[in-house]
Amino acid sequence: MEPIVSIKNLNKTYKGGFQALKNINLDIYPGEIIALLGPNGAGKTTLISTICGIAQASSGSITVDGKDIQKDFRATRSLIGLVPQELTTDAFETPWVTVSFSRGLFGKAKDPAYIEKVLKDVSLWDKRDNMIRTLSGGMKRRLLIAKALSHEPRILFLDEPSAGVDVELRREMWQLVHKLRESGVTIILTTHYIEEAEEMADRIGVIADGELILVEDKKSLMQKLGKKQLLLELKQPLAVLPEALKEFEIELKDEGYTLVYTFDTQAERTGITTVLDALRQAQINFRDLSTTQSSLEDIFVRLVKKDDGESLVEKPS
Amino acid sequence: MNLHAVNAIYRFEMARTRRTLLQSVVAPVITTSLYFVVFGAAIGSRISQVDGIGYGAFIVPGLIMLSLLTQSISNAAFGIYFPKFTGTIYELLSAPVSMIEVVLGYVGAAATKALVLGLIILGTATFFVDLHIQHPLVMLMFLVLTAISFSLFGFIIGIWADNFEKLQMIPLLVVTPLVFLGGTFYSVSMLSPVWQAVTLFNPVFYLVSGLRWSFYGQSDVSVWISIGIILFFLTACLGAVAWIFKTGYHLRN
Repeated sequence: MEPIVSIKNLNKTYKGGFQALKNINLDIYPGEIIALLGPNGAGKTTLISTICGIAQASSGSITVDGKDIQKDFRATRSLIGLVPQELTTDAFETPWVTVSFSRGLFGKAKDPAYIEKVLKDVSLWDKRDNMIRTLSGGMKRRLLIAKALSHEPRILFLDEPSAGVDVELRREMWQLVHKLRESGVTIILTTHYIEEAEEMADRIGVIADGELILVEDKKSLMQKLGKKQLLLELKQPLAVLPEALKEFEIELKDEGYTLVYTFDTQAERTGITTVLDALRQAQINFRDLSTTQSSLEDIFVRLVKKDDGESLVEKPS
Repeated sequence: MNLHAVNAIYRFEMARTRRTLLQSVVAPVITTSLYFVVFGAAIGSRISQVDGIGYGAFIVPGLIMLSLLTQSISNAAFGIYFPKFTGTIYELLSAPVSMIEVVLGYVGAAATKALVLGLIILGTATFFVDLHIQHPLVMLMFLVLTAISFSLFGFIIGIWADNFEKLQMIPLLVVTPLVFLGGTFYSVSMLSPVWQAVTLFNPVFYLVSGLRWSFYGQSDVSVWISIGIILFFLTACLGAVAWIFKTGYHLRN
């Protein structure tokens, strides 16, 4: 499948000398949802701004639907909708006017029926004639989504869509995003919220210090980097770990009442049976057992917090 | 050409004027009427004629030019500065629009507003003085060229400005004094030779002179020089705007 957005060797250095993007290579495929995770200042917004034409790349190339974003800026930009991070709206306009304005700006003829549909989709139809300054933060966020959708884009960039949005609204937004994906829209979102990426994305990209340190299918990422733990709740507490169990990656927790065995989900053998056998031989009885898997958040923290410079994964070529 | 975008920007800007009718139209008309009352009626009654023209009528072209210049600049400067200030400029920068379309939208709307205002002031003047315009087409040409050129100039100021002080600085501290010292209220022949020579360095003087010629067939300098000056200014502004869009100056990081 041909990528709908293709980024090759992209670098961005600001006038002051700060390098915000370092040799980014990324292909985004039609119909997928890709989440770009990264701490503040990692370069997520710069990457989006560069693809959308707001910032200029220092070197490298970006194509959208096979066309260069500079040479064919009309064709490429008309395919893209952008929801910015900041709630930047025309305070003295109405949702109807500003969404209609966006549609015209992106070269589309007037279509009141479509504007009505978009405003209804984001639950702003009843506010269509209100001044934007009277809308709540959540409504403004939805209005920005409506503006971005006003010209029926095939690619939607959502820069921190959940910033300042309450839990209920966030879930509504996720539903809207899923609906858009079902209609064939490719979605690229940046987020601080791991939960958001976990809920929505097909693929995860992690950016740190301007580098794209990882791009991976969400499920395989969690499988590859996610550690699983077997928790055994003991009938009698242990003061120390018996000699027979020391060969395994086992910790003693909860004042000796819980044994935690960490194993690799990708390994040919998990070692669980061997551990249970060892427990039986050591005459250690347990009353309950359960397993836990590390979340995307744990993975993310491990990726961006590493301090020895050693990468946990291979960088995408 | 993305004509839908031009239309969208133009209508959006024009709608802002309708929303702020008091500030955009009523205020300049009242200010200009006060000039007519104070300079035309009160002081003008003590000045018989200037270059054979009644003083009240003599100042009409200058007053129209004053409104035209200040309104062209402020409308266009505010039009492009406001999206920068609020952050909504992101949409313009990410839209499939070229420099020509952005300029046509913003400058076209600013020039239209200034032109309409100039014509309203011309109409207002007829309540105070008898006017017989000798060259109405030339007058219209001057008004249109001036409105477009100074709207372009305002557009450049709006892009250059990064705060409201800068936005107001050039219209208030440069343009208004140049209009007042450009022969709006007097003929340059009334000045001493030294000040006559100084006035020749004031570009607004040529515009006022040219517009006055279209009204009364009389001017301080040849009307062709006035036309040349306005065309030069228009070209310079177009060049500056083209450079801004090429380099992304104060627009793109």
